[in-house]
Amino acid sequence: MTEQSQTFEHSMARLEEIVAHLEKGDVPLEMSLSLFEEGTALVSRCNKLLDEAELKVLKLSKGPDGNPVEREFDENEG
Amino acid sequence: MKPIYEVSQINEYLKCRFEEDPFLGDLMIKGEISNYKLYPSGHHYFSLKDNGGTLRCVMFKGNAFRLHFRPENGMKVIAAGRITVFPRDGAYQLYCTQLVPDGIGDLHVAFEQLKARLQAQGLFDPSRKKLIPSYPHTIAIITSSAGAALRDMLRILRARYPLATVKLLPVRVQGVEAPAEIAGAIRYANVHKVADLIITGRGGGSMEDLWAFNAETVAYAIAASEIPVISAVGHEPDFTIADFVADLRAATPSNGAELAVPDQMELRQKLTMASGLLSALIAKRIKQEKNRLTLISRRRVLTDPMNYIEDRRLRLDYLQQKMSTATERSVGKGKQRFIFLTAKLDAMSPFKVLTRGYSLVKSHKGKLVRSAGELTPNEEVSITFREGSATALIKEVSL
Repeated sequence: MTEQSQTFEHSMARLEEIVAHLEKGDVPLEMSLSLFEEGTALVSRCNKLLDEAELKVLKLSKGPDGNPVEREFDENEG
Repeated sequence: MKPIYEVSQINEYLKCRFEEDPFLGDLMIKGEISNYKLYPSGHHYFSLKDNGGTLRCVMFKGNAFRLHFRPENGMKVIAAGRITVFPRDGAYQLYCTQLVPDGIGDLHVAFEQLKARLQAQGLFDPSRKKLIPSYPHTIAIITSSAGAALRDMLRILRARYPLATVKLLPVRVQGVEAPAEIAGAIRYANVHKVADLIITGRGGGSMEDLWAFNAETVAYAIAASEIPVISAVGHEPDFTIADFVADLRAATPSNGAELAVPDQMELRQKLTMASGLLSALIAKRIKQEKNRLTLISRRRVLTDPMNYIEDRRLRLDYLQQKMSTATERSVGKGKQRFIFLTAKLDAMSPFKVLTRGYSLVKSHKGKLVRSAGELTPNEEVSITFREGSATALIKEVSL
């Protein structure tokens, strides 16, 4: 889910940027309209990301070469 | 006759006598540390004293490594061990196996000592603290994989920010090996850059249970971590050295998870607000543009274009009028000047003079005669009058 989290972070940042632009009103009307469309799309995308997200839990162990080996962590394994 | 003994024989004898005595074999003695010396061999030498006397003590490396604190001169302690003779010096001393501060717990003293030392090294400086990322993508949790602490953290992370990935680095969180394992995991996470945030901690327990998080090695590993570290150890009132060194201290493991990530409830609210704001802003903008359009369309050129043309026509007329007046005036002025100049010219005309009764005399060559001296008798001249002319003969010249 790392990528989703990154996408989410970027989307939130872009959304804030868009709102700031529209608040300042420093862009032509046509640009405002496309920003509005972009912003609305970002809102639904972020909501969708949250709806579909599922916490991924990996257990790390040191592999034979010293590099980390990841595997799904079963919380019931204790 | 009395036998004669060697010094070492007597010392050995005394040593045996001391060691026969069960009382001297297992003692607890309280006193103040003085003449404290740590030898490179790792053995500790000091004296215990009170108002009445002093007692030499030694603590060998093998026992000293279990010390939680550093003995210091003036410190009130309780020492345990046995007293026997050191034959080489002919002196008896306490072979100390355990040393604890008198009055306050040794862990407490150790804690305060380490805290003071690390503080002096600047490890707790606020300027060292790294920012916790607003949206951590990958969170390394360094704790026991069996503890309730991990389950609590996962439950909260799942509820708040399921977009993240958790990477568990299982370690022992109590016992002798715990500090090295915790510190090792922190370093490992950094070397392999496994996460952008670390949470390390464990559930509540006694001070001894939490002791790993007071270890110097853990403190240094946290301080050296490039990845921000949240310490989440024990319960609210428990403070560990790790808490002071960490970039952020959480009161409990659950609190650590809360501090680590944003809450999706708040994020959703933010999104709803942003959505509302976007609509409001675009509506406002469209209204502004409409108003502008209305203002423009209300201008006369658009509402009544014929009228506009009429206006222009009137202005044209006016200009035309103005132009012809100007022309006329300029022509009139010219005429006046012409009359003036012809009058002037007229006044200067010789013919004008003739009308007043003067006549012109010209020689036979046609040259105007201005003086009688130009003439000779019998010369023929012509006279011009206002009307007509005559030829005359000069009879006589007088000057």
